[in-house]
Amino acid sequence: MDDPTTINWLQSLNALTGGLFLLATFGLVAMRQVNACLRLFIALSIFLSVSAFLLSAIYHNWHLIVVGVVDLVTKAIIIPWLLRRALRDEVYTRREITQVLNIPTSLLAALGLTVAAYILSTPLLAIGDGVTVGLNLPIGLSGLLIGGLTAAVRREAVPLFLGLLAMENSAFFAGIGVAPEMPLIAEVSIAFDVVILVFIVSVLTHAVHEHIGTTEVGELTMLKEETKS
Amino acid sequence: MSLVLILIPLLSFVAALLSLLPLGKKFPLIITLLSGIGAFVLALLEVWRVIAEQRVVAIPGWVELDGLSAVLLLLVAFLTATAALFSWGYVGAHVQQLPRVRSYCAHFNLFTFSLLLVPILAQPALVWIAIEFTSLFSVLLVAFDNTHAALEAAWKYIALMFMGAAIALLGFFVLFWAQQKAGGGHYSWEGLRVVAAQMPPILVKTAFLLILVGLGAKVGFVPLHTWLPDAHSQAPSPVCALLSGIKTTNSLYCILRLVPLLTGDHLQTWMQIVGLISVGVAAFLLLQVRDYKRLFAYSTVEHMGIIFVAAGFGVGGNYSALLQMIGHSLTKSFCFYAAGLALLVLGTREIAAVRGLIRTSPFAGAMLLLAALAIGGAPPFAVFLSELSILHAGLEGKDYVTISLLVIFITVAFFGILLQVNRMVFGEPSIQPTGDHKKLPFACVLTLIIAAIPVLGLGFYQPASLHALLDLAASQLAPITPP
Repeated sequence: MDDPTTINWLQSLNALTGGLFLLATFGLVAMRQVNACLRLFIALSIFLSVSAFLLSAIYHNWHLIVVGVVDLVTKAIIIPWLLRRALRDEVYTRREITQVLNIPTSLLAALGLTVAAYILSTPLLAIGDGVTVGLNLPIGLSGLLIGGLTAAVRREAVPLFLGLLAMENSAFFAGIGVAPEMPLIAEVSIAFDVVILVFIVSVLTHAVHEHIGTTEVGELTMLKEETKS
Repeated sequence: MSLVLILIPLLSFVAALLSLLPLGKKFPLIITLLSGIGAFVLALLEVWRVIAEQRVVAIPGWVELDGLSAVLLLLVAFLTATAALFSWGYVGAHVQQLPRVRSYCAHFNLFTFSLLLVPILAQPALVWIAIEFTSLFSVLLVAFDNTHAALEAAWKYIALMFMGAAIALLGFFVLFWAQQKAGGGHYSWEGLRVVAAQMPPILVKTAFLLILVGLGAKVGFVPLHTWLPDAHSQAPSPVCALLSGIKTTNSLYCILRLVPLLTGDHLQTWMQIVGLISVGVAAFLLLQVRDYKRLFAYSTVEHMGIIFVAAGFGVGGNYSALLQMIGHSLTKSFCFYAAGLALLVLGTREIAAVRGLIRTSPFAGAMLLLAALAIGGAPPFAVFLSELSILHAGLEGKDYVTISLLVIFITVAFFGILLQVNRMVFGEPSIQPTGDHKKLPFACVLTLIIAAIPVLGLGFYQPASLHALLDLAASQLAPITPP
């Protein structure tokens, strides 16, 4: 019943989604406005869900539909809502001036990481598992690395944390490609786990904001051996 | 079928809910203590069954207890019980407002709930979630004091924890992929071990590397250790005992579970290198700390390294690695209880500000000295015996370079710890204890006495049942040899 043209078409769509996913992670490194970062993260989550839907059609696996829906509800709706609720609008309209690396350098580094991700995943792809693995794995791996880069160069709490969430999204993006048969309960609980995480981080960020008066967590450098005396 | 296994973490979960009931200050503390003791008693019964039957199964492939996880469960449950008892005294003396007591107990019980989940789950993806929970539920405990330092520590902690979790998550997906390639079967620790020989090595290696980096951040392997001294020094002392004593061990257990899936001698060399780097860096960092809780935190990094080196000695080292794991968890929790008591007496964490503790408070001073000797590995304590058995395993495996470095680093760490603690315990008293802290909380004193029993006892006598359990556990760390 598998019409080769349909499969081909679905795979091309998946490739397009993957490309957009990668583009969104690049955007996350480059965007200065906190609000724009949040929107990019929502876009990232939507692309992840779309990829899950496409893969479910390719593999005839209803699990992935559930995964996609759960992902859409938690990451595109609940998590942004929680993050918005935690801090006042002022934080979100802020433009971050003090990045550790400037934007062109960060983008260049992100490009380097993408190339590295492709090189790293080549030996794995030799296992031979069809086009979806070849697409999802390298893109997921680059997203993972770029998310880490984002977290490293950011000082503002919310974008820094969005970088970490992008890492998790990317791990999932690669995960649904390489292991579409993963037991459903595990995948759903992972999404649940991330919601709790965001809830706790928003409480914590709120506390940092209240007690220390800033959300620039990069400025928190009190705990060091040298400065104590 | 043994549903008792499921009951163990459930007790803590129920206690977390009950702690929130509006029923006076003592109530949440009593509930916490009862659930801790209950978990320990039930865990002891289940571990006993594992020694007799090799494996206790609640839900096949999902909730199981084998030798290796039984060792961990026993440690988690014991530390849960002692930390609950210490919390009684510590929170009673330290925290006045009722809502804060409730919030502490609720978080504490959720934390122990997640800690107890890790050993009983047999499905790697669920174990990932449980380990993630252990981080999530401890974050707000680290930030409990609401000071600048505590919030900073909590933020660094959660950021690094989650970064590690995301990397490890991909590792677990790749591991599943590898198992599918080898013909599938149930995705559980045992299921993986059965098909280990058929899995594509490149996939297993990738998965191991991702999980080693991801969970290694949670274990505190250098260079991913930077969050550890911060978080482990800012949290309330009973929480530090759990964080340092067992949370790090939980993640390490997960990494060790993957070792039998891999083959090749290079693996052992790399494990020794990774471990040695942690031991070495931590040993020298110990010399320059100024905060006695950070001192014990760095010692955790050191001991995690030692355990990993021991596991890197191959089949011969597995037994000693497990012995060291037990010794470290018991002793490190004791160290943090002693440090917590000293903090109650002194009100400062600065090493330089404290002298003559043995005269200001003989009990706290003696305990701190005992803790330093025990964790440094002086005879006749449990850690001394396990370190000796590690050296023995290394010599048998002819890893002379590793052994020499290990001995040097352990000696440096020993003197580092003793030097610092010596300065605090002896000499002319510098701080007069504040009036209300002169009387030590009885629950804290009792905890220290109870916690000291195995620290000292295991150095003299190791029961046959423990040997049986460790042999069983060590056999599960070895690959299944094809018939």
